[in-house]
Amino acid sequence: MSIASTSVIQIIPRSRRGVELMLLIVAIGVSVGAYVNIGITVQGRVPASTGYYAAGIGLLALIAHLALRYRAPYADPVLLPCAVLLNGLGVAMIHRIDLGLAANRVARGLEPRAAAAPQQITWTAVGVVLFLLVILLVRDHRRLQALTYTAGLAGLVLLVLPLVPGLGVDLNGARIWIHLAGMSFQPGEFAKVCLVVFFAGYLVVKRDVLTLAGHRFLGLDLPRARDLGPIGIAWAVSLGVLIFEKDLGSSLLFFGLFLFLLYVATERAGWLIIGGLLFAGGAFFASQAFGHVQKRVDGWLNPFAEDRGQVATGLMGQAWGGILGRGLGQGRPELTLYGQSDFIISSFGEELGLTGIIAIILVYTLIIERGLRTALGCRDIFGKLMATGLAMSFALQVFVIIGGVTGLIPLTGLATPFMALGGTSLVANWAIIALLLRISDQARRPQTPAAPVSDETIAMAVQKQ
Amino acid sequence: MNSAIRRLAVGAIILMLALMANSTYLQAFRSNELNGRNDNTRVRDQQFSVDRGPILIGSTPIAQSKETNDQYKYQRTYPKGPLYAPVTGYYSFQFGRGGIELNQNSELNGSDPSLAFRRVVDVLTNQRQQGASVALTLNAAAQQAAYDALGSKKGAVVALDPKTGKVLALVSRPSYDPNLLASHDLDKASDAWKRLNASEDRPMSNRAIKELYPPGSTFKLVTAAAALSSGKYKPDTQVNSPAQLPLPQTTVPLVNENGKNCGGSNNATLTIALRYSCNTAFGTIGLDLKADALREQAEKFGFGERQLPELGAVASHFPGDPNEPQTAQSAIGQFDVRATPLQMAMVAAGIANKGEVMKPYLVQSVRTMDLKTISETKPESLHQAVSSDVAAQLTAMMTDVVNNGTGRPGRIDGVQVAGKTGTAQTSKERPPFAWFTAFAPADNPQVAVAVMIEDANIARSDIAGGTLAAPVAKKVMEAVLGR
Repeated sequence: MSIASTSVIQIIPRSRRGVELMLLIVAIGVSVGAYVNIGITVQGRVPASTGYYAAGIGLLALIAHLALRYRAPYADPVLLPCAVLLNGLGVAMIHRIDLGLAANRVARGLEPRAAAAPQQITWTAVGVVLFLLVILLVRDHRRLQALTYTAGLAGLVLLVLPLVPGLGVDLNGARIWIHLAGMSFQPGEFAKVCLVVFFAGYLVVKRDVLTLAGHRFLGLDLPRARDLGPIGIAWAVSLGVLIFEKDLGSSLLFFGLFLFLLYVATERAGWLIIGGLLFAGGAFFASQAFGHVQKRVDGWLNPFAEDRGQVATGLMGQAWGGILGRGLGQGRPELTLYGQSDFIISSFGEELGLTGIIAIILVYTLIIERGLRTALGCRDIFGKLMATGLAMSFALQVFVIIGGVTGLIPLTGLATPFMALGGTSLVANWAIIALLLRISDQARRPQTPAAPVSDETIAMAVQKQ
Repeated sequence: MNSAIRRLAVGAIILMLALMANSTYLQAFRSNELNGRNDNTRVRDQQFSVDRGPILIGSTPIAQSKETNDQYKYQRTYPKGPLYAPVTGYYSFQFGRGGIELNQNSELNGSDPSLAFRRVVDVLTNQRQQGASVALTLNAAAQQAAYDALGSKKGAVVALDPKTGKVLALVSRPSYDPNLLASHDLDKASDAWKRLNASEDRPMSNRAIKELYPPGSTFKLVTAAAALSSGKYKPDTQVNSPAQLPLPQTTVPLVNENGKNCGGSNNATLTIALRYSCNTAFGTIGLDLKADALREQAEKFGFGERQLPELGAVASHFPGDPNEPQTAQSAIGQFDVRATPLQMAMVAAGIANKGEVMKPYLVQSVRTMDLKTISETKPESLHQAVSSDVAAQLTAMMTDVVNNGTGRPGRIDGVQVAGKTGTAQTSKERPPFAWFTAFAPADNPQVAVAVMIEDANIARSDIAGGTLAAPVAKKVMEAVLGR
């Protein structure tokens, strides 16, 4: 396929900001409705904090919306409302579990712990600030291409940061957290963004070499042996993450993103197969060699075994929810281990039922597919790869964490994007949405000479033809 | 590149569909399995805070839920806890349930399929789920009389309505207070549970239906029934009844309690043999009829089956393949014959009801709180244990026991009582069990009763057994008959 045919896709240039505003109002309405509903069922009254919550979410969404109107008028109209909806529902559920946990402690004659929801709202604000910075400062995503190797280095540093003694901490069996200035961060969440930039920039340059066919085997064009270097390095790094940080989820995410981008850049399915086999081999080896991986696999196969893994309480919560759920505020999500963070989807499954879970997964699907649509419409290869990477990072993350929580695959600790309690992940996801919106603005904008094309792209277009 | 992106888009959708399919499997198809798990705190907590229906005798609750202000919303209370504990059982947060609370749980908490319509109405009218009430067949006066008459003695009383099988009294002593276990102060409940289980008196074991005891001479009713039914014996048939009956294959003879022959005769009639509870006479009959005939007769009275499903009584037992001396021992209710007090009450009830044993039952009806009947138990026949002729002959022999024999302490002024005493021992070291099983009035039976007193500190004679157990039975029968 040539670049020319890619850019021929006709998009009728409409800004659709009005649509976005309508969708935002719906998203805010649903979130505030959930918050009020929880107050009424749990405390028997409309919570006093409703105003704070509604103003917080509403104002942040409105600011983000205005920034788009100002700096990215042609950006995709669906992404921001989806993010706001997930973020808002997440805060509502975290608040609901705050209430449940507090009631439990009061019943046992203890002081309730500090509520987590206000914290999450603060982090949402930080996330939206980063969102604004990205929209306002990154006027053209192609400028990021200049940062390819810087991003690569930054990504690696962020990735190994938790291994630095005195900085990194072991938490729930994985070493993916750092403690800094009394707060904890998951640097891997930002490493993800940096590495997508790096992979995209790197592949723009190297894709021709990697596209050269080697042997044909079983109808697949396998790459030349000497080109296996990059994939080998990516594999080694992801295995390193798995072994030293004990984090199967991040490992899978990084390697998966690299593979997907490699596949999109070269259109050689052989890379996917080689990579898939490499990862499966590595994961199998790890599951045999390392106790913590083996434990996760056992917990997946027998969630109700004697030393009950973390999954059991979540599964029982979801089963308790059934098809329609117990109703917001009427389940017992506080009984689910990590019900505010890793298992927040189980909490939704309990109170909103199968119906709610499917609705949430559909919202994620919308984000992913709108992201990939942005990649399709984008006119430059770097943007295409970046949008693909960012969209697929949602796909992988959602699949790995929801699949793990619901017992489809072994549980690994990735954050449920936008919903789970945790600052780093939330902020990083807002940055990702901002980047996707930035690219989509470029992709959907009426074609004017204003869009400069890099020499690199032209060179490749010439080669391809 | 775009075709690769499109393929990824399809791949991503497949991943998301896999998540939805798995959640559907989990929440739509596996939810019943997971909700039924014992370690599922949600289900337990929810059931614990449901407006559980009362357990009633007539219209008086013996277990009821009262609204509280704590997190469980309802407190289960038992107004006369220890009196009814063997029937109601308990309802605790940590230790589950027992008795009717356990077996009638789905009706009491409203989750039973028969209450599905009611639940829909509750949801539509925005009311809390309400459990159904369970009304029992018990007779409050009889229960109280049995409880009081046993007093501090370890033992059990079961009274039945012979014509229907209704359980009129079911008492086990020592008892316990289920209020302690239902306490919302979980530490207190836990302490009580530990204390009750550690107690040597085993107050939580239901002696009336869950424990097996040697029935001793009360089992001679079954042997007599087998003899009369065989056609070889009449009440005035003379039976070999020496002071000592030599047994085949062993040097140890079967002896009468008093070491004498039967009422002054070595060939006493069946009636006399029952009147004085002569071991040698019934040993002779047992050897003559053989073990199979005895077992068959016992099973017609209900041995070998688990009775009273509402509480899960254990099955009484007649040994499988005894040799001859063991058969002779079994014929007098020793060796390995074991029975619940309920079972021995059923023997008396069967004889009282013209040979037809009615299926014992405890739950009279289940009703919703707006008094709609969900189920009503109808009397059911269990077995025709003996013909009505044999039943009449046995009744005559049993009235003779009470009027002239070992059962005199069971007599009631103005009412003809029919009964049989028993004293059973398992070993020389252990005190014997005192038994009395009876029914009254003999000509129109209203109540059949069995009394068992464990560790009766008495001489090893039948007269002594009658002395101890018969007065208890008398009180219970008087209570039922309104005297």
